Amino acid sequence: MSWEVVIGLEIHVQLNTNSKLFSGSKLSTGAEPNTQASLVDLGMPGTLPVVNREAVRKAALFGLAINADICRHSVFERKNYFYPDLPKGYQTTQLAEPIVGAGEVEIQLESGEKKIVRIHHAHLEEDAGKSLHEDFHGMTGIDLNRAGTPLIEVVTEPDMRNAEEAVAFARKLHAIVTSIGICDGDMSQGNMRFDVNVSIRKPGEPLGTRTETKNLNSFRFMEKAIKLEVERQIDVLEDGGEIVQETRLYNGDTHTARSMRSKEDANDYRYFPCPDLLPVAITDKDIETLKAAMPELPGARKERFMADYQLSDYDADLLSGSIATAAFFEGAAKAGGDAKLAANWVMGELAAKLNADEKDITDSPVSAEQLGQLIARLKDGTISSKIAKQVFEACWAGEGDPDAIIEAKGLKQMSDSGELEKIVDDIIANNTPQVEDYRNSDDAKKKKKIGFFVGQAMKATQGKANPQQLNQLLKDKLEK
Amino acid sequence: MAIDSKVVAQVAHLARLKVDEGDSAALSDRLNDILAMVDQLQQADVADVAPMAHPLDVTQPLRDDEVSEPNVRDKAMDIAPAAEDGCFLVPRVIE
Repeated sequence: MSWEVVIGLEIHVQLNTNSKLFSGSKLSTGAEPNTQASLVDLGMPGTLPVVNREAVRKAALFGLAINADICRHSVFERKNYFYPDLPKGYQTTQLAEPIVGAGEVEIQLESGEKKIVRIHHAHLEEDAGKSLHEDFHGMTGIDLNRAGTPLIEVVTEPDMRNAEEAVAFARKLHAIVTSIGICDGDMSQGNMRFDVNVSIRKPGEPLGTRTETKNLNSFRFMEKAIKLEVERQIDVLEDGGEIVQETRLYNGDTHTARSMRSKEDANDYRYFPCPDLLPVAITDKDIETLKAAMPELPGARKERFMADYQLSDYDADLLSGSIATAAFFEGAAKAGGDAKLAANWVMGELAAKLNADEKDITDSPVSAEQLGQLIARLKDGTISSKIAKQVFEACWAGEGDPDAIIEAKGLKQMSDSGELEKIVDDIIANNTPQVEDYRNSDDAKKKKKIGFFVGQAMKATQGKANPQQLNQLLKDKLEK
Repeated sequence: MAIDSKVVAQVAHLARLKVDEGDSAALSDRLNDILAMVDQLQQADVADVAPMAHPLDVTQPLRDDEVSEPNVRDKAMDIAPAAEDGCFLVPRVIE
Protein backbone atom coordinates (compact mmCIF):
# COMPACT_ATOMS: atom_id res chain seq x y z
CA MET A 1 0.00 0.00 0.00
CA SER A 2 1.36 3.39 -0.92
CA TRP A 3 2.03 6.31 1.40
CA GLU A 4 -0.24 9.28 1.86
CA VAL A 5 1.51 12.64 2.15
CA VAL A 6 0.12 15.24 4.57
CA ILE A 7 1.23 18.85 4.20
CA GLY A 8 0.45 21.95 6.24
CA LEU A 9 1.97 25.37 5.61
CA GLU A 10 2.90 28.38 7.68
CA ILE A 11 3.41 31.44 5.55
CA HIS A 12 4.99 34.70 6.66
CA VAL A 13 3.51 37.54 4.65
CA GLN A 14 5.31 40.88 4.97
CA LEU A 15 2.85 43.75 5.15
CA ASN A 16 3.71 46.73 2.94
CA THR A 17 3.26 49.52 5.47
CA ASN A 18 5.42 52.67 5.55
CA SER A 19 6.60 52.16 9.11
CA LYS A 20 7.19 49.22 11.43
CA LEU A 21 4.63 47.38 13.53
CA PHE A 22 5.59 48.89 16.88
CA SER A 23 7.76 51.88 15.98
CA GLY A 24 7.90 54.77 13.52
CA SER A 25 11.03 53.38 11.79
CA LYS A 26 10.99 53.40 8.03
CA LEU A 27 10.26 50.13 6.33
CA SER A 28 12.18 49.52 3.14
CA THR A 29 14.65 47.10 1.70
CA GLY A 30 18.18 47.83 0.62
CA ALA A 31 19.02 50.47 3.23
CA GLU A 32 22.46 50.56 4.88
CA PRO A 33 22.56 48.16 7.88
CA ASN A 34 20.99 49.45 11.09
CA THR A 35 20.00 52.85 9.66
CA GLN A 36 16.32 51.95 10.05
CA ALA A 37 16.43 50.59 13.57
CA SER A 38 15.02 52.87 16.24
CA LEU A 39 15.43 52.61 20.00
CA VAL A 40 12.26 50.46 20.12
CA ASP A 41 13.61 48.09 17.45
CA LEU A 42 16.95 47.91 19.25
CA GLY A 43 15.16 46.76 22.41
CA MET A 44 16.46 49.66 24.51
CA PRO A 45 15.26 49.64 28.12
CA GLY A 46 12.44 52.09 28.81
CA THR A 47 11.01 52.12 25.29
CA LEU A 48 7.42 51.13 24.64
CA PRO A 49 5.76 49.75 21.52
CA VAL A 50 2.93 51.66 19.80
CA VAL A 51 0.84 49.66 17.34
CA ASN A 52 0.63 50.70 13.68
CA ARG A 53 -3.04 51.17 12.70
CA GLU A 54 -2.38 50.31 9.05
CA ALA A 55 -0.82 46.94 9.94
CA VAL A 56 -3.94 46.05 11.94
CA ARG A 57 -6.16 47.19 9.07
CA LYS A 58 -4.23 45.10 6.52
CA ALA A 59 -4.31 41.98 8.71
CA ALA A 60 -8.07 42.35 9.18
CA LEU A 61 -8.56 42.92 5.43
CA PHE A 62 -6.78 39.62 4.80
CA GLY A 63 -9.12 37.91 7.25
CA LEU A 64 -12.16 39.19 5.38
CA ALA A 65 -10.63 38.10 2.04
CA ILE A 66 -10.53 34.47 3.25
CA ASN A 67 -13.96 34.59 4.91
CA ALA A 68 -12.51 34.36 8.39
CA ASP A 69 -13.87 35.69 11.65
CA ILE A 70 -12.04 38.79 12.79
CA CYS A 71 -11.14 38.78 16.46
CA ARG A 72 -12.71 41.83 18.15
CA HIS A 73 -10.09 41.95 20.91
CA SER A 74 -6.88 40.39 19.70
CA VAL A 75 -4.00 40.06 22.13
CA PHE A 76 -0.24 40.39 21.65
CA GLU A 77 1.96 37.94 23.48
CA ARG A 78 5.67 37.53 24.06
CA LYS A 79 7.43 34.52 22.59
CA ASN A 80 10.65 34.24 24.56
CA TYR A 81 13.89 32.98 23.07
CA PHE A 82 17.48 34.14 22.81
CA TYR A 83 19.04 34.96 19.50
CA PRO A 84 21.31 37.89 18.63
CA ASP A 85 18.99 39.25 15.94
CA LEU A 86 16.18 39.51 18.52
CA PRO A 87 17.53 42.12 20.93
CA LYS A 88 14.47 42.25 23.21
CA GLY A 89 14.79 38.56 24.00
CA TYR A 90 11.23 37.98 22.84
CA GLN A 91 9.20 38.30 19.66
CA THR A 92 5.93 40.17 20.04
CA THR A 93 3.36 37.94 18.36
CA GLN A 94 -0.11 36.51 18.97
CA LEU A 95 -1.13 33.08 20.22
CA ALA A 96 -4.42 32.55 22.04
CA GLU A 97 -6.35 35.46 20.47
CA PRO A 98 -4.99 36.02 16.94
CA ILE A 99 -6.52 38.79 14.83
CA VAL A 100 -7.73 36.41 12.09
CA GLY A 101 -9.64 33.23 12.99
CA ALA A 102 -10.46 30.18 10.89
CA GLY A 103 -11.04 30.77 7.16
CA GLU A 104 -10.63 29.03 3.83
CA VAL A 105 -8.96 29.37 0.45
CA GLU A 106 -10.09 27.60 -2.72
CA ILE A 107 -7.38 26.29 -5.02
CA GLN A 108 -7.59 24.97 -8.56
CA LEU A 109 -5.28 22.18 -9.68
CA GLU A 110 -3.91 21.69 -13.19
CA SER A 111 -6.50 18.99 -13.82
CA GLY A 112 -9.18 21.63 -13.22
CA GLU A 113 -10.17 19.99 -9.93
CA LYS A 114 -10.99 22.42 -7.12
CA LYS A 115 -10.17 21.98 -3.46
CA ILE A 116 -10.63 23.92 -0.24
CA VAL A 117 -7.63 24.48 2.01
CA ARG A 118 -8.72 25.47 5.52
CA ILE A 119 -6.87 28.24 7.30
CA HIS A 120 -6.44 27.55 11.01
CA HIS A 121 -5.78 31.22 11.83
CA ALA A 122 -3.49 34.14 10.92
CA HIS A 123 -1.72 36.32 13.46
CA LEU A 124 0.11 39.63 13.49
CA GLU A 125 3.73 39.62 14.60
CA GLU A 126 7.04 41.39 14.19
CA ASP A 127 9.95 40.09 12.15
CA ALA A 128 13.43 39.64 13.66
CA GLY A 129 16.64 41.23 12.37
CA LYS A 130 19.19 39.53 10.16
CA SER A 131 22.31 37.61 11.15
CA LEU A 132 25.15 37.87 8.65
CA HIS A 133 27.64 35.05 8.96
CA GLU A 134 29.99 36.04 6.14
CA ASP A 135 32.57 38.81 6.03
CA PHE A 136 33.05 39.31 9.76
CA HIS A 137 36.15 37.14 10.31
CA GLY A 138 34.79 34.65 12.80
CA MET A 139 32.11 36.94 14.23
CA THR A 140 28.45 37.32 13.25
CA GLY A 141 27.17 40.70 12.08
CA ILE A 142 23.72 41.85 13.16
CA ASP A 143 21.52 44.12 11.03
CA LEU A 144 18.31 45.17 12.77
CA ASN A 145 16.66 47.06 9.88
CA ARG A 146 14.20 44.20 9.49
CA ALA A 147 13.47 43.94 13.22
CA GLY A 148 9.89 45.03 13.88
CA THR A 149 8.69 44.64 10.29
CA PRO A 150 4.97 43.75 10.36
CA LEU A 151 4.14 40.20 9.27
CA ILE A 152 1.05 38.11 9.26
CA GLU A 153 1.72 34.44 9.75
CA VAL A 154 -0.91 32.37 8.00
CA VAL A 155 -1.28 28.84 9.36
CA THR A 156 -3.15 26.23 7.32
CA GLU A 157 -4.73 22.98 8.40
CA PRO A 158 -2.84 19.88 7.13
CA ASP A 159 -5.12 19.77 4.07
CA MET A 160 -2.66 19.37 1.20
CA ARG A 161 -1.73 15.93 -0.11
CA ASN A 162 1.15 16.61 -2.50
CA ALA A 163 3.61 19.27 -3.60
CA GLU A 164 1.37 20.40 -6.47
CA GLU A 165 -1.46 21.25 -4.07
CA ALA A 166 0.92 23.09 -1.75
CA VAL A 167 2.27 25.17 -4.63
CA ALA A 168 -1.25 25.89 -5.94
CA PHE A 169 -2.18 27.10 -2.47
CA ALA A 170 0.95 29.24 -2.15
CA ARG A 171 0.29 30.85 -5.53
CA LYS A 172 -3.33 31.52 -4.63
CA LEU A 173 -2.31 33.12 -1.35
CA HIS A 174 0.20 35.26 -3.25
CA ALA A 175 -2.59 36.32 -5.62
CA ILE A 176 -4.88 37.22 -2.70
CA VAL A 177 -2.39 39.30 -0.70
CA THR A 178 -1.18 41.19 -3.77
CA SER A 179 -4.73 41.73 -5.05
CA ILE A 180 -5.86 43.29 -1.79
CA GLY A 181 -2.66 45.33 -1.68
CA ILE A 182 -1.35 44.25 1.72
CA CYS A 183 1.94 42.75 0.48
CA ASP A 184 4.25 43.60 -2.42
CA GLY A 185 4.66 39.88 -3.13
CA ASP A 186 8.31 40.13 -4.18
CA MET A 187 9.57 36.65 -3.33
CA SER A 188 13.21 37.54 -4.05
CA GLN A 189 13.02 40.13 -1.26
CA GLY A 190 11.52 37.62 1.17
CA ASN A 191 8.09 39.29 1.09
CA MET A 192 6.59 35.80 1.44
CA ARG A 193 8.38 32.95 3.21
CA PHE A 194 7.07 29.44 3.57
CA ASP A 195 7.54 26.90 6.34
CA VAL A 196 6.41 23.46 5.22
CA ASN A 197 5.19 20.77 7.63
CA VAL A 198 5.36 17.33 6.06
CA SER A 199 4.43 13.90 7.35
CA ILE A 200 3.48 10.61 5.71
CA ARG A 201 1.14 7.82 6.75
CA LYS A 202 -0.68 4.83 5.37
CA PRO A 203 -4.16 5.98 4.28
CA GLY A 204 -6.65 5.83 7.15
CA GLU A 205 -3.99 5.83 9.86
CA PRO A 206 -3.42 8.68 12.32
CA LEU A 207 -1.04 11.48 11.33
CA GLY A 208 2.63 10.55 11.28
CA THR A 209 5.42 12.51 12.93
CA ARG A 210 6.05 15.70 10.99
CA THR A 211 9.12 17.70 10.17
CA GLU A 212 9.20 21.40 9.40
CA THR A 213 11.31 22.75 6.56
CA LYS A 214 11.77 26.45 7.17
CA ASN A 215 12.19 29.66 5.22
CA LEU A 216 11.52 28.60 1.63
CA ASN A 217 11.28 31.71 -0.50
CA SER A 218 10.18 30.52 -3.92
CA PHE A 219 7.40 28.31 -5.25
CA ARG A 220 9.95 26.17 -7.07
CA PHE A 221 12.13 25.56 -4.01
CA MET A 222 9.03 24.79 -1.99
CA GLU A 223 7.95 22.12 -4.47
CA LYS A 224 11.43 20.59 -4.60
CA ALA A 225 11.90 20.69 -0.82
CA ILE A 226 8.56 18.91 -0.26
CA LYS A 227 9.38 16.16 -2.76
CA LEU A 228 12.83 15.68 -1.24
CA GLU A 229 11.44 15.44 2.29
CA VAL A 230 8.71 12.98 1.27
CA GLU A 231 11.31 10.72 -0.36
CA ARG A 232 13.50 10.92 2.75
CA GLN A 233 10.64 10.02 5.08
CA ILE A 234 9.57 7.08 2.92
CA ASP A 235 13.17 5.79 2.88
CA VAL A 236 13.47 6.10 6.66
CA LEU A 237 10.18 4.36 7.40
CA GLU A 238 10.61 1.61 4.82
CA ASP A 239 14.04 0.88 6.27
CA GLY A 240 12.35 0.35 9.63
CA GLY A 241 13.44 3.70 11.08
CA GLU A 242 11.50 6.45 12.82
CA ILE A 243 10.86 10.07 11.81
CA VAL A 244 12.24 12.52 14.35
CA GLN A 245 10.28 15.73 14.86
CA GLU A 246 12.77 18.40 13.81
CA THR A 247 13.30 21.59 11.91
CA ARG A 248 15.07 21.21 8.59
CA LEU A 249 16.81 23.64 6.31
CA TYR A 250 16.64 23.27 2.51
CA ASN A 251 19.45 24.44 0.25
CA GLY A 252 18.08 25.26 -3.20
CA ASP A 253 21.51 25.42 -4.84
CA THR A 254 22.51 21.88 -3.89
CA HIS A 255 18.96 20.45 -3.59
CA THR A 256 19.80 19.02 -0.17
CA ALA A 257 18.34 19.50 3.30
CA ARG A 258 19.74 19.07 6.78
CA SER A 259 18.44 19.02 10.31
CA MET A 260 18.65 22.47 11.90
CA ARG A 261 18.01 21.86 15.54
CA SER A 262 16.10 19.41 17.63
CA LYS A 263 12.90 20.88 18.98
CA GLU A 264 13.12 19.45 22.48
CA ASP A 265 14.44 22.48 24.26
CA ALA A 266 13.78 25.15 21.68
CA ASN A 267 10.07 24.44 22.04
CA ASP A 268 9.60 26.12 25.39
CA TYR A 269 8.87 29.70 24.40
CA ARG A 270 7.06 30.57 27.66
CA TYR A 271 4.43 32.71 25.95
CA PHE A 272 2.57 35.24 28.05
CA PRO A 273 0.41 38.29 27.21
CA CYS A 274 2.61 41.33 26.54
CA PRO A 275 2.13 43.70 29.49
CA ASP A 276 3.21 46.65 27.29
CA LEU A 277 0.32 46.23 24.88
CA LEU A 278 -3.43 46.39 25.42
CA PRO A 279 -5.88 44.27 23.46
CA VAL A 280 -6.44 45.64 19.93
CA ALA A 281 -10.12 46.41 19.35
CA ILE A 282 -11.83 46.04 15.98
CA THR A 283 -15.44 47.22 15.83
CA ASP A 284 -18.38 46.22 13.62
CA LYS A 285 -18.05 49.61 11.99
CA ASP A 286 -14.37 48.97 11.18
CA ILE A 287 -15.36 45.70 9.55
CA GLU A 288 -18.13 47.32 7.49
CA THR A 289 -15.65 49.97 6.30
CA LEU A 290 -13.12 47.30 5.32
CA LYS A 291 -15.72 45.22 3.49
CA ALA A 292 -16.88 48.25 1.53
CA ALA A 293 -13.30 48.99 0.44
CA MET A 294 -12.38 45.37 -0.38
CA PRO A 295 -10.53 45.28 -3.73
CA GLU A 296 -11.46 42.66 -6.33
CA LEU A 297 -10.31 39.19 -5.23
CA PRO A 298 -8.66 36.74 -7.65
CA GLY A 299 -11.73 34.45 -7.72
CA ALA A 300 -14.09 37.30 -8.61
CA ARG A 301 -11.63 38.59 -11.21
CA LYS A 302 -11.54 35.17 -12.86
CA GLU A 303 -15.35 35.08 -13.06
CA ARG A 304 -15.33 38.57 -14.57
CA PHE A 305 -12.69 37.62 -17.15
CA MET A 306 -14.81 34.65 -18.21
CA ALA A 307 -17.98 36.74 -18.42
CA ASP A 308 -16.60 39.96 -19.92
CA TYR A 309 -13.94 38.61 -22.27
CA GLN A 310 -15.35 35.14 -23.04
CA LEU A 311 -12.12 33.54 -21.83
CA SER A 312 -11.97 29.82 -21.05
CA ASP A 313 -11.78 28.64 -17.43
CA TYR A 314 -8.10 27.81 -17.91
CA ASP A 315 -7.15 31.12 -19.58
CA ALA A 316 -9.10 33.15 -17.02
CA ASP A 317 -7.43 31.27 -14.16
CA LEU A 318 -3.93 31.90 -15.49
CA LEU A 319 -4.52 35.56 -16.29
CA SER A 320 -6.24 36.41 -13.00
CA GLY A 321 -3.67 34.58 -10.88
CA SER A 322 -1.46 37.58 -10.29
CA ILE A 323 -2.62 41.16 -10.12
CA ALA A 324 0.29 42.27 -12.32
CA THR A 325 -0.57 39.76 -15.06
CA ALA A 326 -4.26 40.64 -14.82
CA ALA A 327 -3.54 44.35 -15.13
CA PHE A 328 -1.22 43.75 -18.09
CA PHE A 329 -3.80 41.60 -19.86
CA GLU A 330 -6.60 44.10 -19.33
CA GLY A 331 -4.39 46.97 -20.47
CA ALA A 332 -3.41 45.13 -23.67
CA ALA A 333 -6.99 43.99 -24.32
CA LYS A 334 -8.30 47.53 -23.95
CA ALA A 335 -5.59 49.11 -26.10
CA GLY A 336 -5.80 46.40 -28.75
CA GLY A 337 -9.56 45.98 -28.83
CA ASP A 338 -9.39 42.16 -28.80
CA ALA A 339 -9.37 40.23 -25.53
CA LYS A 340 -8.81 36.78 -27.03
CA LEU A 341 -5.75 37.97 -28.97
CA ALA A 342 -4.48 39.80 -25.88
CA ALA A 343 -4.91 36.62 -23.80
CA ASN A 344 -3.03 34.55 -26.38
CA TRP A 345 -0.16 37.00 -26.60
CA VAL A 346 0.20 37.48 -22.84
CA MET A 347 0.20 33.72 -22.16
CA GLY A 348 2.14 32.85 -25.32
CA GLU A 349 4.82 35.10 -26.78
CA LEU A 350 5.10 37.43 -23.78
CA ALA A 351 5.23 34.67 -21.15
CA ALA A 352 7.86 32.79 -23.18
CA LYS A 353 10.07 35.86 -23.53
CA LEU A 354 9.70 36.79 -19.85
CA ASN A 355 10.58 33.26 -18.91
CA ALA A 356 13.61 33.10 -21.20
CA ASP A 357 14.95 36.44 -19.93
CA GLU A 358 13.97 35.60 -16.31
CA LYS A 359 11.96 38.79 -16.05
CA ASP A 360 8.85 39.58 -14.07
CA ILE A 361 5.85 40.89 -15.99
CA THR A 362 6.19 44.21 -14.13
CA ASP A 363 9.62 44.59 -15.78
CA SER A 364 8.45 43.66 -19.27
CA PRO A 365 10.27 45.74 -21.91
CA VAL A 366 7.06 45.63 -23.97
CA SER A 367 4.33 47.57 -22.17
CA ALA A 368 0.65 46.61 -22.13
CA GLU A 369 -0.10 49.63 -24.34
CA GLN A 370 2.56 48.57 -26.86
CA LEU A 371 1.23 45.02 -26.98
CA GLY A 372 -2.24 46.51 -27.43
CA GLN A 373 -1.01 48.57 -30.37
CA LEU A 374 0.52 45.46 -31.93
CA ILE A 375 -2.75 43.59 -31.49
CA ALA A 376 -4.67 46.46 -33.06
CA ARG A 377 -2.43 46.34 -36.17
CA LEU A 378 -2.85 42.58 -36.35
CA LYS A 379 -6.58 42.91 -36.03
CA ASP A 380 -6.96 45.60 -38.71
CA GLY A 381 -4.84 43.59 -41.14
CA THR A 382 -1.88 45.99 -41.25
CA ILE A 383 0.46 43.12 -40.39
CA SER A 384 0.28 39.33 -40.50
CA SER A 385 0.78 37.20 -37.40
CA LYS A 386 4.21 36.18 -38.64
CA ILE A 387 5.28 39.82 -39.04
CA ALA A 388 3.67 40.57 -35.67
CA LYS A 389 6.19 38.29 -33.98
CA GLN A 390 8.99 40.15 -35.73
CA VAL A 391 7.56 43.50 -34.55
CA PHE A 392 7.21 42.10 -31.01
CA GLU A 393 10.89 41.08 -30.99
CA ALA A 394 11.92 44.55 -32.14
CA CYS A 395 9.71 46.20 -29.55
CA TRP A 396 11.20 43.90 -26.87
CA ALA A 397 14.67 45.00 -28.00
CA GLY A 398 13.66 48.60 -27.38
CA GLU A 399 13.31 49.75 -30.98
CA GLY A 400 10.17 51.76 -30.22
CA ASP A 401 6.39 51.45 -30.44
CA PRO A 402 4.95 48.83 -32.82
CA ASP A 403 3.55 51.51 -35.16
CA ALA A 404 6.96 53.16 -35.43
CA ILE A 405 8.68 49.80 -36.00
CA ILE A 406 6.18 48.80 -38.73
CA GLU A 407 6.72 52.16 -40.43
CA ALA A 408 10.51 52.22 -40.08
CA LYS A 409 11.01 48.66 -41.30
CA GLY A 410 8.36 48.84 -44.00
CA LEU A 411 6.51 45.84 -42.59
CA LYS A 412 3.01 46.85 -43.61
CA GLN A 413 1.07 44.05 -45.18
CA MET A 414 0.47 44.69 -48.86
CA SER A 415 -3.05 46.00 -48.98
CA ASP A 416 -2.81 47.14 -52.59
CA SER A 417 -4.21 44.13 -54.48
CA GLY A 418 -2.89 45.52 -57.79
CA GLU A 419 0.72 45.31 -56.62
CA LEU A 420 0.24 41.80 -55.26
CA GLU A 421 -1.52 40.74 -58.45
CA LYS A 422 1.49 41.81 -60.49
CA ILE A 423 3.83 39.76 -58.30
CA VAL A 424 1.56 36.71 -58.61
CA ASP A 425 1.41 37.13 -62.39
CA ASP A 426 5.22 37.22 -62.55
CA ILE A 427 5.54 34.05 -60.47
CA ILE A 428 3.08 32.18 -62.67
CA ALA A 429 4.84 33.36 -65.84
CA ASN A 430 8.30 32.34 -64.54
CA ASN A 431 7.37 28.88 -63.23
CA THR A 432 5.61 27.18 -66.11
CA PRO A 433 6.51 23.55 -65.13
CA GLN A 434 5.12 24.00 -61.61
CA VAL A 435 2.00 25.67 -62.99
CA GLU A 436 1.41 22.73 -65.37
CA ASP A 437 2.01 20.25 -62.58
CA TYR A 438 -0.50 22.10 -60.36
CA ARG A 439 -3.16 22.21 -63.03
CA ASN A 440 -2.83 18.44 -63.70
CA SER A 441 -3.20 17.52 -60.02
CA ASP A 442 -6.34 16.49 -58.16
CA ASP A 443 -7.86 18.74 -55.46
CA ALA A 444 -6.02 17.10 -52.55
CA LYS A 445 -2.65 17.49 -54.21
CA LYS A 446 -3.45 21.04 -55.30
CA LYS A 447 -3.83 22.02 -51.67
CA LYS A 448 -0.27 20.94 -51.04
CA LYS A 449 1.21 22.22 -54.26
CA ILE A 450 -0.12 25.74 -53.83
CA GLY A 451 2.42 26.06 -51.01
CA PHE A 452 5.21 26.49 -53.53
CA PHE A 453 3.56 29.60 -55.02
CA VAL A 454 2.71 31.03 -51.58
CA GLY A 455 6.36 30.62 -50.60
CA GLN A 456 7.55 32.39 -53.75
CA ALA A 457 5.13 35.25 -53.22
CA MET A 458 6.06 35.67 -49.56
CA LYS A 459 9.71 35.72 -50.56
CA ALA A 460 9.05 38.35 -53.20
CA THR A 461 7.06 40.51 -50.77
CA GLN A 462 9.34 39.86 -47.78
CA GLY A 463 6.40 38.32 -45.93
CA LYS A 464 4.20 41.35 -46.30
CA ALA A 465 1.48 39.77 -48.41
CA ASN A 466 -1.85 39.25 -46.68
CA PRO A 467 -2.06 35.44 -46.54
CA GLN A 468 -5.81 35.18 -47.18
CA GLN A 469 -5.68 37.64 -50.01
CA LEU A 470 -2.66 35.89 -51.56
CA ASN A 471 -4.26 32.46 -51.35
CA GLN A 472 -7.41 33.65 -53.04
CA LEU A 473 -5.47 35.44 -55.76
CA LEU A 474 -3.27 32.38 -56.48
CA LYS A 475 -6.27 30.05 -56.66
CA ASP A 476 -8.08 32.35 -59.06
CA LYS A 477 -5.09 32.74 -61.35
CA LEU A 478 -3.94 29.10 -61.31
CA GLU A 479 -7.40 27.74 -62.03
CA LYS A 480 -7.75 29.95 -65.12
CA MET B 1 4.02 20.61 40.17
CA ALA B 2 7.06 20.37 42.36
CA ILE B 3 10.27 22.07 41.36
CA ASP B 4 13.48 20.13 41.82
CA SER B 5 17.05 20.95 40.94
CA LYS B 6 16.57 19.51 37.46
CA VAL B 7 13.76 21.99 36.70
CA VAL B 8 15.83 24.82 38.17
CA ALA B 9 18.65 23.95 35.79
CA GLN B 10 16.25 23.87 32.84
CA VAL B 11 14.63 27.23 33.69
CA ALA B 12 18.04 28.77 34.27
CA HIS B 13 19.17 27.53 30.86
CA LEU B 14 16.10 28.97 29.11
CA ALA B 15 16.73 32.32 30.83
CA ARG B 16 20.48 32.09 30.16
CA LEU B 17 21.21 32.46 33.89
CA LYS B 18 24.21 30.88 35.56
CA VAL B 19 23.10 29.09 38.73
CA ASP B 20 25.63 27.53 41.08
CA GLU B 21 24.72 24.01 42.08
CA GLY B 22 25.00 25.01 45.72
CA ASP B 23 22.15 27.52 45.26
CA SER B 24 19.87 25.07 43.50
CA ALA B 25 18.13 23.67 46.60
CA ALA B 26 17.34 27.13 48.01
CA LEU B 27 16.03 28.27 44.62
CA SER B 28 13.82 25.16 44.37
CA ASP B 29 12.29 26.00 47.74
CA ARG B 30 11.56 29.59 46.79
CA LEU B 31 10.07 28.64 43.42
CA ASN B 32 7.92 26.01 45.14
CA ASP B 33 6.65 28.70 47.52
CA ILE B 34 5.60 30.82 44.54
CA LEU B 35 3.82 27.85 42.98
CA ALA B 36 2.05 27.17 46.28
CA MET B 37 0.74 30.72 46.18
CA VAL B 38 -0.46 30.20 42.61
CA ASP B 39 -2.16 26.98 43.71
CA GLN B 40 -4.01 28.99 46.31
CA LEU B 41 -5.11 31.48 43.65
CA GLN B 42 -6.37 28.58 41.54
CA GLN B 43 -8.96 27.84 44.25
CA ALA B 44 -10.78 31.13 43.61
CA ASP B 45 -14.13 30.65 41.85
CA VAL B 46 -13.76 32.43 38.51
CA ALA B 47 -16.60 30.66 36.68
CA ASP B 48 -18.35 33.97 35.99
CA VAL B 49 -15.25 36.01 35.24
CA ALA B 50 -14.14 36.62 31.66
CA PRO B 51 -10.43 35.97 31.06
CA MET B 52 -8.40 39.12 30.56
CA ALA B 53 -5.04 39.83 29.01
CA HIS B 54 -4.49 43.11 30.82
CA PRO B 55 -5.65 44.59 34.15
CA LEU B 56 -6.85 47.82 32.53
CA ASP B 57 -10.28 47.80 30.91
CA VAL B 58 -9.17 49.81 27.88
CA THR B 59 -8.00 48.94 24.39
CA GLN B 60 -4.79 49.70 22.55
CA PRO B 61 -4.45 53.20 21.05
CA LEU B 62 -3.14 52.93 17.50
CA ARG B 63 -0.75 55.26 15.72
CA ASP B 64 -0.88 56.42 12.11
CA ASP B 65 1.42 54.68 9.68
CA GLU B 66 4.02 57.43 9.46
CA VAL B 67 7.80 57.36 9.62
CA SER B 68 8.83 59.33 12.69
CA GLU B 69 12.09 57.78 13.90
CA PRO B 70 15.48 59.22 12.96
CA ASN B 71 18.55 57.15 12.12
CA VAL B 72 20.35 56.51 15.43
CA ARG B 73 22.95 54.10 14.12
CA ASP B 74 26.03 56.07 15.11
CA LYS B 75 24.85 56.50 18.70
CA ALA B 76 23.93 52.82 18.95
CA MET B 77 27.31 51.77 17.52
CA ASP B 78 29.09 53.95 20.10
CA ILE B 79 27.65 51.94 22.98
CA ALA B 80 27.92 48.51 21.32
CA PRO B 81 30.70 46.22 22.57
CA ALA B 82 31.73 45.54 18.98
CA ALA B 83 30.62 46.90 15.62
CA GLU B 84 31.89 46.89 12.06
CA ASP B 85 30.60 48.13 8.68
CA GLY B 86 27.38 49.32 10.28
CA CYS B 87 26.66 45.94 11.89
CA PHE B 88 26.73 44.98 15.54
CA LEU B 89 29.15 42.13 16.08
CA VAL B 90 28.45 39.11 18.26
CA PRO B 91 30.28 35.80 18.76
CA ARG B 92 29.68 33.64 15.74
CA VAL B 93 26.30 31.89 15.79
CA ILE B 94 25.96 28.84 13.60
CA GLU B 95 22.63 27.21 13.11
